[in-house]
Amino acid sequence: MQVSRILLCAALILIAAPGSLLAQNDKEALEALYWARQKEAMSRFTQADVDFMTGMIGHHAQALIMSRLAPTNDASASVQVLAARIINAQNDEIALMQSWLRDREQVVPQVLIEGLQLTIEGGGHHAHHMPGMLTQVQLEELAAARGQVFDRLFLTYMIQHHAGAVTMVEDLFAVDGAAQDEAAYKLASSIHVDQITEIARMQEMLDSLAQ
Amino acid sequence: MRLFVLLFLIAALATPGAWAQDSPDPRESLRAGLFDAEEAIWNLNKLSTTQPPEAFVGVTNSDLAFKDQYVFQGNYNGVIVWDISDPTAPVLVKDYLCPASQSDVSVYGNLMFVSGEGMGGRLDCGTDGVRERVSHERLRGIRIFDITDVADPQYVANVQTCRGSHTHSVLKDPGDDENIYVYVSGSAPVRPNEELEGCSGLMPEEDPNTALFRIEVIKVPLANPSAAAVVSSPRIFNDLEAPPRHGPSPADIEAAEQARAEGAFVVTVRGQPRVLRDRQVRAYMRQWMEDEDREGDMTAQDSADFRAALPAFMAARNRARGITPQARRGPTQCHDITLYPEIGLAGGACGGYGLLLDITDPANPVRIQAVADSNFSYWHSATFSNDGSKVLFTDEWGGGGGPKCRASDPMEWGANALFEIDADSRMHFKSYFKLPAAQSSLENCVAHNGSLIPVPGRDLFVQSWYQGGVSLMDWTDVSNPVEIAYHDRGPVNPERMQSAGSWSVYWYNGVIVSSEIARGLDIFELTPSEYLTANEIAASNTVQYDYFNAQGQPMYSWPASFVLARAYLDQLVRGDGLSAEAIAQVRQGLDAAEAAAPEARSALIMNLMPYLSGGADEAKLALLRDVLNQLAG
Repeated sequence: MQVSRILLCAALILIAAPGSLLAQNDKEALEALYWARQKEAMSRFTQADVDFMTGMIGHHAQALIMSRLAPTNDASASVQVLAARIINAQNDEIALMQSWLRDREQVVPQVLIEGLQLTIEGGGHHAHHMPGMLTQVQLEELAAARGQVFDRLFLTYMIQHHAGAVTMVEDLFAVDGAAQDEAAYKLASSIHVDQITEIARMQEMLDSLAQ
Repeated sequence: MRLFVLLFLIAALATPGAWAQDSPDPRESLRAGLFDAEEAIWNLNKLSTTQPPEAFVGVTNSDLAFKDQYVFQGNYNGVIVWDISDPTAPVLVKDYLCPASQSDVSVYGNLMFVSGEGMGGRLDCGTDGVRERVSHERLRGIRIFDITDVADPQYVANVQTCRGSHTHSVLKDPGDDENIYVYVSGSAPVRPNEELEGCSGLMPEEDPNTALFRIEVIKVPLANPSAAAVVSSPRIFNDLEAPPRHGPSPADIEAAEQARAEGAFVVTVRGQPRVLRDRQVRAYMRQWMEDEDREGDMTAQDSADFRAALPAFMAARNRARGITPQARRGPTQCHDITLYPEIGLAGGACGGYGLLLDITDPANPVRIQAVADSNFSYWHSATFSNDGSKVLFTDEWGGGGGPKCRASDPMEWGANALFEIDADSRMHFKSYFKLPAAQSSLENCVAHNGSLIPVPGRDLFVQSWYQGGVSLMDWTDVSNPVEIAYHDRGPVNPERMQSAGSWSVYWYNGVIVSSEIARGLDIFELTPSEYLTANEIAASNTVQYDYFNAQGQPMYSWPASFVLARAYLDQLVRGDGLSAEAIAQVRQGLDAAEAAAPEARSALIMNLMPYLSGGADEAKLALLRDVLNQLAG
């Protein structure tokens, strides 16, 4: 892990001139090259990527607020499983996005949740204007619901919320140069496909509630 | 490191009969490092680790394909070709720079296919990416190379698709020697029409030609691969109507049965038993009494009649309320499709569903069944058992970028789901399997790619779990899968989670080859243990492939050999399938027959037949008798 200055210089030269040869068994030099490439990859991003990460942290945070209501509001077992998985997934993704921003020396939004109140420090002023975000009135309506009424409202609002995240990914992909960074591409496309899949599942759950 | 291995060997020997490994599992606290991470290994021997070539270091290694003595390793920067004639020292044959994610790779004959999905892939293989949202220099789809000379691949064609190619599967139709087919799965957003004409990301209601809700099938004429083109876009998800789960689990069924036995009213909703709440029962009964013009208080007879009429009542009630099965609730794409042409089936891992497809007409796959699972987040890939009686699906929860094997993550999430396939090609859920060793939050970990290991008479699956390492699962008993070998490293970065670990691991002609995202190429061999004997390993090595793509599953069989007979004999020992005395006689007889002159063999072998009946495992004995008959000639 400790990279000597000389090795790092050598590695940077290698990045600049990929034609040069390096002995296959020169593990130390390859390791230096590995870390140098990791670092270099972090310089390839656009403002759209930064805005996406920043915004999605706040977006995910609201999903946490919604999902944390499930156990206390008498949600059905299947909605509780769904909510637990959303909490697990989106918590991890928030950490990933924060780490992505930190690595690129960007402002890292901090999530503060107090009951239904969401504060994003360092998240800009757009937290509540993203697609799919619930209004505070909708959140309060959800928090007041119990049992099957809660299930129905939770699924309806989470579909709305997820659909917003899908739109955010598609908007990101529509920007020149965006999502080219491997980490950003992987994260954004995972969110895209996971949430589309989850929307379909929630729609099924809603349908069966109607019966 | 050697001492470490030795310690585990001793630990394994000291606890005969124990299926579980040491506690705590040695994989749970391995020291971090890139090329010097601490390792734990059990019932495997690592033959080599080879770092990626210079142009590929620090860039993700992805899927693998095999041909002759060559391994084709995808990398987001292109394809690396290794010669593994000596698995202890792979030789770099070609590092072909041609960036695209994920660079999933397959081979057939003299052709190599590579997937491109990300935004930065270029038609000219350039390394500068494509910055513009709309560009005619972008490649998202399948690249086709001629690898007649593996050291000098020729880029002969590409086929652009609307969603790019996240993965693909090569189908050799047993009835067609002139063409092969490539099924393309793409999960990224649809590219703009200005970039590739005809691409539409609208919902089917708005545009019946949408690129959503379909897969693409490319037909490749072997004599003229540059004429490869999309020949069909099967809408295998249409009218998909499946339960939101894998089907009731044994616990669900038991709960419903018990409720029924206790007098509860149970209805079937989308294939799932559901117990009606008392309030619902009262309301429905009142309604039914009215419909039936029954008056007065409800009697026991009314209740019994209502019970009988319940299914019809519920159906009528739903119709009256306009509740009809929803058509387009299904996935918009597949992640991966595993084709098994010998049995005419494919397993599609598609969004929230596992699909069974009939692929007897290669250009027009037809869905047979769809299963879903409330514990499954994202269906990733499928592998059939060799005889086609079972299938396993993996759940790549979190897309492989998350640490989903922590002690706090449920064992049913990000796991394998194992199914039995009945005679009518219907899947029945049996169990889950997840890497049994908890991993740290620094390690991305979830179920990923793997392949069967052709040990006769058993179903073994070697599998990648990203930074959870490589794990070997025995799923011969589909309801009780167990781990019988593993290899794992500490995290690549001691400070934060960084993508690494085994992307794919496949058995190929006696070795187990793993594509390590950051570390390069690992090659292992099986070592004998109480779960796997030297004879079983040697018998598996009598299977030889000319080529191997995990997404195009080959059916294998074992040539008759003494080692095959001994492998079955070992299994009879393990399963108490034959008396110790008979086993000793047959062992001795096999040794004598093998050592004897060819003309004397037949009689010696036939002398063993009387010992091979009346045991507890008639199926295994029949296999053994069959081998001996063949050996006797």
